[in-house]
Amino acid sequence: MFDQLIVSVTDGMLIGVVYGLAAMGLTLIFGVMNVINLAHGPIMALGMFGVYLCYTVLGLNPFVGLIIVAVLGMLLGMIIYAGAVHRVIDAPHLSSLLSTFSVNMMIIGIGTAVFSTSFRNVNYSLGTVVIGPITVPGTRLSSAILALMVTGLLYLFLYRTRPGKYIRAVANNRTSAGLVGIPSTRVLAMSFGIGTALAAVAGGLIAMALPFTILSGGAFELKSFVIVVLGGLGNPIGALLGGIILGLIEGLVPVFTKVTWVPFIEFVLFILILLVRPQGLFGAKQ
Amino acid sequence: MSAQNNSGLQPPNTSAAPAPSRFRSGMMGRLLTPGLVVILVAIIAAMIYGATGGAARREAWYTVLLFVGLASSLNILLGYTGYVSFGHIVFFGFGGYIGFFAIYQLGWNLLPASLLGGAAAALLALGLGLAILRLRGAYFALATIGINEAMKALVINIPALGGPNGMVLNFGIYASYGGAAQAQWTVYWATAVLTLMVVLTSYIVKKSKFGLGLMAIREDEDAAEVMGVVAPRAKTWAYVISALFPGILGVLFFFKASNIEPAAAFNLNRSIELLVMVMLGGQGTVLGPILGAGGYQLLRTTLLTSDLALFGLKIKDIQLAVAGLLLLIIVLFIPVGFIGWLRSRSTRLRRWLE
Repeated sequence: MFDQLIVSVTDGMLIGVVYGLAAMGLTLIFGVMNVINLAHGPIMALGMFGVYLCYTVLGLNPFVGLIIVAVLGMLLGMIIYAGAVHRVIDAPHLSSLLSTFSVNMMIIGIGTAVFSTSFRNVNYSLGTVVIGPITVPGTRLSSAILALMVTGLLYLFLYRTRPGKYIRAVANNRTSAGLVGIPSTRVLAMSFGIGTALAAVAGGLIAMALPFTILSGGAFELKSFVIVVLGGLGNPIGALLGGIILGLIEGLVPVFTKVTWVPFIEFVLFILILLVRPQGLFGAKQ
Repeated sequence: MSAQNNSGLQPPNTSAAPAPSRFRSGMMGRLLTPGLVVILVAIIAAMIYGATGGAARREAWYTVLLFVGLASSLNILLGYTGYVSFGHIVFFGFGGYIGFFAIYQLGWNLLPASLLGGAAAALLALGLGLAILRLRGAYFALATIGINEAMKALVINIPALGGPNGMVLNFGIYASYGGAAQAQWTVYWATAVLTLMVVLTSYIVKKSKFGLGLMAIREDEDAAEVMGVVAPRAKTWAYVISALFPGILGVLFFFKASNIEPAAAFNLNRSIELLVMVMLGGQGTVLGPILGAGGYQLLRTTLLTSDLALFGLKIKDIQLAVAGLLLLIIVLFIPVGFIGWLRSRSTRLRRWLE
């Protein structure tokens, strides 16, 4: 029993940080421009296919493929911002929700026609790491470490660099940021780009662990919503902790009851947090 | 024209201003407008057209009428009150499950089972509304997604409701409704009449003082409360009314399909499609969701059966992408929807397009 718990906790934490990375993209966009990106799931799916294509067609190491995925994800995000988000950024919520959902429909529509909906997987192995009772696939361990590294870099970027400070300034007050000379449109486009790049990279990491289709992003999008609310909407570091909590729930609940209860527990927790602590588990009182 | 200003941009005039003398005053006078005629003609024409072309046309128009009903019910919350619900389909699924259970396990007739489904959905909305309508904007939208997903996950874990596989009606059950073919017609007419009722309810709400309160909440909830609108109560009632009809429509739908399963009952994508329909036609108008739902369904059918190709991809394979592109264009350039756009173009049309 104890060994099993240790294994579940490890599995949960490893996948949790990857979930957290995905949710970070969603929460960064929300924090900066108050937009819930409903194309988040399909963008993750594109990240999965990006790594898959780099590996199978170009023969690249998946972790090298991730760099390409990140760059393309950034570009895609900036294009989505310019085409679908910029015009409705000050409109009521419904407009930006529907405009990002229309991007979702376009990606899924074209993706389904191009890739069909059959399962793919990235058949790449780094062997296994054995520590006591725990056996971890090398790719999972590397994915988790990479996700933590990206989180650290994001933190440094937001708090230690000038563009990062611009992003935080625009998130804080767009009008005032504009008044002191920050090019807020460019900063918004950059933030959306970083948000989608994070989602795409997280998708790529998941692709190394699980089989996927173009529709697989949907489930992870819902998980990202839960994580984002756990960690506090707009709080990227909270998202990492939220991701770990979700991973732990997914790891531990099946030890005690049927695995089908996992989504129920997740979403009830999600609603309760929204009602009782809308600033998230780690947010300050507003 | 009506006594109130319907643009929704100016504060509603709740004082009972005397209507111009050539109009009848009182509630009936306010309700009988040219706009009502247009709405009734649209629904009744669709209902009759769908019924006069054999089973294939009936199936197509059943779907149209169903979505008109669902979209109009969503509009009461979304369009009038301004609360964006992504999980409206939860009432369709939940009501459907309760009613289906009554038919399948308890042997109830379709009529009481449908009413039970509607009542169950309305009660669910009452309980949920008291809790989640305190949330505003994106938080409310996210909570509705959570409720739909939590309900789906819950149903999957209840063996009495069939778990992940759902329930399947024995075909013999249709015998007591005059055979399977007759049962299809019964459901068609029941859905059509119900859709008419949803649309009439939507119209009456819009013309009532209650509706004015909702629209005041939409424009500025805090100001509305200062002006004497009891916002929590009004919002909860709007939520309950908007949940009642999807519950009944759900029972009819799943009875007609003869099976129900969690993924079909709590389909988040269908829920978002409802939002798209309301948005296409024009949120906050009565006619908008009717045209939006009808137009969206007909467009999808046309795209699905089209032989055109675009960059080597067949239109029917990328119909979702084409629909997405259209949605984007409308959201970006005509955010008030088709009816809203017409209303803003011509004051004369406003009397006809409620």
